[in-house]
Amino acid sequence: MKQRDIKRLSLILLFAPFALWILLLIVLPHLGMFYISLREKVAPRTYEFGLENYINFFAEPIYWNTLIRTGSMSLLVTVLALLLGFPIAYYIAKIAGHRSRGALFLMCLIPLWVSDLIRAFGWILLLRETGIISSSLQWAGLVSTPVEFLYNDATVIMGLVYTVILFMIVPLVSTLDGMDDAMVEAGYNLGGNGPTVLRRIIIPYAMPGIVSGCIVVFMLTAGSYLTPILLGGKNSSWFTEQIYDQFITRYNWESGAAFGFLLLAFTSLVVWGGLKLSGQTLNSTVARS
Amino acid sequence: MQAHTENDLECIRIQKHFGSVRAVDDVSFEIPKGSFFSILGPSGCGKTTLMRMIAGFEQPSSGDIRIKGKSVIGTPPNRRNVKMVFQHLALFPMMNVYENIAYGLRCAGASKEVIRSKVHDVLERISLPDVANREISQLSGGQKQRIAIARCMVLDPDVLLLDEPLGALDLKLREAMKIELKLLQHQFDTTFVYITHDQSEALVMSDNVAIMNQGKFVQIGTPQELYHNPSAAFVAGFVGDTNRWAGRVTRVEGNTVEVETEAGLAMRGSIRGAGAPGVGDKVSAFVRPEFITAAKAGISAGQTGSGQNVIDGRVDSILFNGANSRVLVRDRAGELIEADVVLTGGPQDLKPRDDVTLSWSPEQTMSFKA
Amino acid sequence: MAIKPNTAFLASYQIYVALFFVFLAAPLVAAGMFAFNDSQFPSLPWQGFTLDWFFNDSEPKLGMFHDRRLLRGLYYSFVIASGVSLLSVFVGTCNAFLFVRCKFPAKDFFYIMMVLPLVIPGVILGISILLLASNIANGAEEALSLDLDFLRPGIVLVVLGQFSFITTITSLVIIARLKKFDASMEEAAYNLGASRVRVLRTITLPFLFPAMAAAGIVAFLVSFENFNTTLFLVGSEAPLTITMYDRMVKVGSTPVLNAVSFFLMIGSALLALVSILVQRDKPQT
Repeated sequence: MKQRDIKRLSLILLFAPFALWILLLIVLPHLGMFYISLREKVAPRTYEFGLENYINFFAEPIYWNTLIRTGSMSLLVTVLALLLGFPIAYYIAKIAGHRSRGALFLMCLIPLWVSDLIRAFGWILLLRETGIISSSLQWAGLVSTPVEFLYNDATVIMGLVYTVILFMIVPLVSTLDGMDDAMVEAGYNLGGNGPTVLRRIIIPYAMPGIVSGCIVVFMLTAGSYLTPILLGGKNSSWFTEQIYDQFITRYNWESGAAFGFLLLAFTSLVVWGGLKLSGQTLNSTVARS
Repeated sequence: MQAHTENDLECIRIQKHFGSVRAVDDVSFEIPKGSFFSILGPSGCGKTTLMRMIAGFEQPSSGDIRIKGKSVIGTPPNRRNVKMVFQHLALFPMMNVYENIAYGLRCAGASKEVIRSKVHDVLERISLPDVANREISQLSGGQKQRIAIARCMVLDPDVLLLDEPLGALDLKLREAMKIELKLLQHQFDTTFVYITHDQSEALVMSDNVAIMNQGKFVQIGTPQELYHNPSAAFVAGFVGDTNRWAGRVTRVEGNTVEVETEAGLAMRGSIRGAGAPGVGDKVSAFVRPEFITAAKAGISAGQTGSGQNVIDGRVDSILFNGANSRVLVRDRAGELIEADVVLTGGPQDLKPRDDVTLSWSPEQTMSFKA
Repeated sequence: MAIKPNTAFLASYQIYVALFFVFLAAPLVAAGMFAFNDSQFPSLPWQGFTLDWFFNDSEPKLGMFHDRRLLRGLYYSFVIASGVSLLSVFVGTCNAFLFVRCKFPAKDFFYIMMVLPLVIPGVILGISILLLASNIANGAEEALSLDLDFLRPGIVLVVLGQFSFITTITSLVIIARLKKFDASMEEAAYNLGASRVRVLRTITLPFLFPAMAAAGIVAFLVSFENFNTTLFLVGSEAPLTITMYDRMVKVGSTPVLNAVSFFLMIGSALLALVSILVQRDKPQT
């Protein structure tokens, strides 16, 4: 009996910090945000409940266009990150020598520890009209006038891919690392060629890592703020910008809360759809490790 | 009552249920002071649960465990003077050898001088006097084994439990460690309780062995008793190599039965175990390979004594293993029978496809009522 | 050897990998190198090497170590990051024991709850916590005329906001380590006569320590560089990333920002290295 009491007590003591954290900082704030998003300011300090904030969102094409644009660009970024990152992850996990593997992986991680802000700042210095690339092109005589590479969608997408690709590579490396080389060899041995081995053996094996990387990358991209603003300028039309605008510029917290909730619901829906399509669960992917 | 104090460890009608599963079912035994006792059984038979109850990590559902005559039910593991060598040894990697051995003494609050002298003393006794300052990762497999034992023995336990500690070693080292463990047990003169699924470990080292199956003790005895006089079909099949036939009794004659196997072979056997089989009863018959003589057909016909079981067959394959070589003989019914043979390398040796005559005595045909 | 792709393919593959790392390094090099350019603007042409952007004490080339606002940002970042890493390592350790050692109903569900903050966009974490805190503070002020200052945007909210998702990271790191722990080690110590507290102190925590230290460093770095969540919760005590952003938007890019970038990159790289070193196991067997 005594042993059981100790077990129960330690369970309660261990559960308490977890419960406080999740309840006070995750669950309650989101419920609160939902609650506030249903309020509508009719006069100073008087509110009415209703769906007005959501109706506003759908009535104003610029809002939902921005959300759709954010979502589709985030999907594009996710796909690009996967296509560009998979060969790198495979190289690190399977092809690089034992010693260079660790070094390459570390090099992949280093930008992770550098702030978004600094990374975006670096891109600005490279790409702006007076930036390094433009000056170099002029110096080489390839162009005659300064070229502006900033403030277009391609640059925003490249910047976002740059920011998030590490979150694709890291789970992929750890999944591929666990794959027995003999599996690939057996695939060839049984008569497979490069593409079939990749399609039938490597990709199915790496699926949990792929899905996990895609989820994190998509959420990070859709929720990013600095990169679209700094590289895309004022016209980047990223949805987080709208939220910021409602909150800070217009001081309309009710509408901002509704926007926040919509972003959360929208991204969750996309992730849920992705999980259903790939036949994975949140447990088998992100929660792994 | 007097006999009780002579026993280091007694278990009285121990039971352990996990839900509806009876992991340990009504086990009783006693181990006299200073002996080497093994519990041998297939994996999942409940032997580890039994050991964990003795160590105190699990509580029995019912029954009593007594150490030196005193019940330890309700005593937590850290207050029991029963020490345990774990399957993977569980040496502490963040401490060196000295600190590992000193750990228990420190917990007991011994002074620095006492700890120092005891640790050096025990290292002498396991013949590793110079490893005190080594890290665990620098030790060989056999050294780790001895350190794990020393870490327990330095606390002078009433009983030392060993949970398949040789399992992780390679074959050669395992053979050497068997002898070493036996010697260490003699040297420390402490009761060892050794858990294993490897019969050769149990047979070589133990004074007494308990055979465990499905939560119950099937038989307790010396290794010789278990090997030559198994009390149940499970023991006969589990301890040592054996040929096995299932069949029916066709005739009973005192302690001897005539059996017809399912494949149609007839043989005579001696009744063993509980329950005398009658005509028509199902029986299992066991014959160990070393009791079967294989001779080339024709040559040895005259040598077999009357009343022997004799079967003709053809050598299917030779399993050469030096002094432990064996032949696989296919009998007329198509079954394979194993028999030990001496292979000298000369022309007289049996070869595959040779016709042979197998013979063995009914006395060695252990027949159990099924 | 049939597995080896042909050499032309391998060579182009290696070129691709090399180009990828150039791509990774390019903006960091660009951000770092202009810290040493003796020019008013972080752009070419190269005007010669200088350390003024670090150490010069007067305008127009005020170095970062004499720029009071940047230094204050650095200080606040440091305070916030320390608080976040201590808190998140503590809760992360509790979570590790909870999810590895305890059995309780709906464990899978709670595990997903634990991982969730990692995939919630930082902006949303920021605004939702801001909304809740402000509402509580407003309510307390109106109903009880209490002034709950710590619930207004400021250091406490920033710490809580970052803690809310960084704890997931620390939990995952420590859980991974605790899962590798051979539980028989604890039983062995217990069997050798140690009390439960002593087992925890001498066996389990020392084993867990490298992961806790690494998790702490990761938490520190993630907190230091966080922008999205912090943006909404920040009060007058702006941490460095916010200060830099302000400067970038209001003043435009100046080489002192490159100096700060360089300083942060070196600091982060060193800390990341330390976290890898403490996590490296001693060779086993």
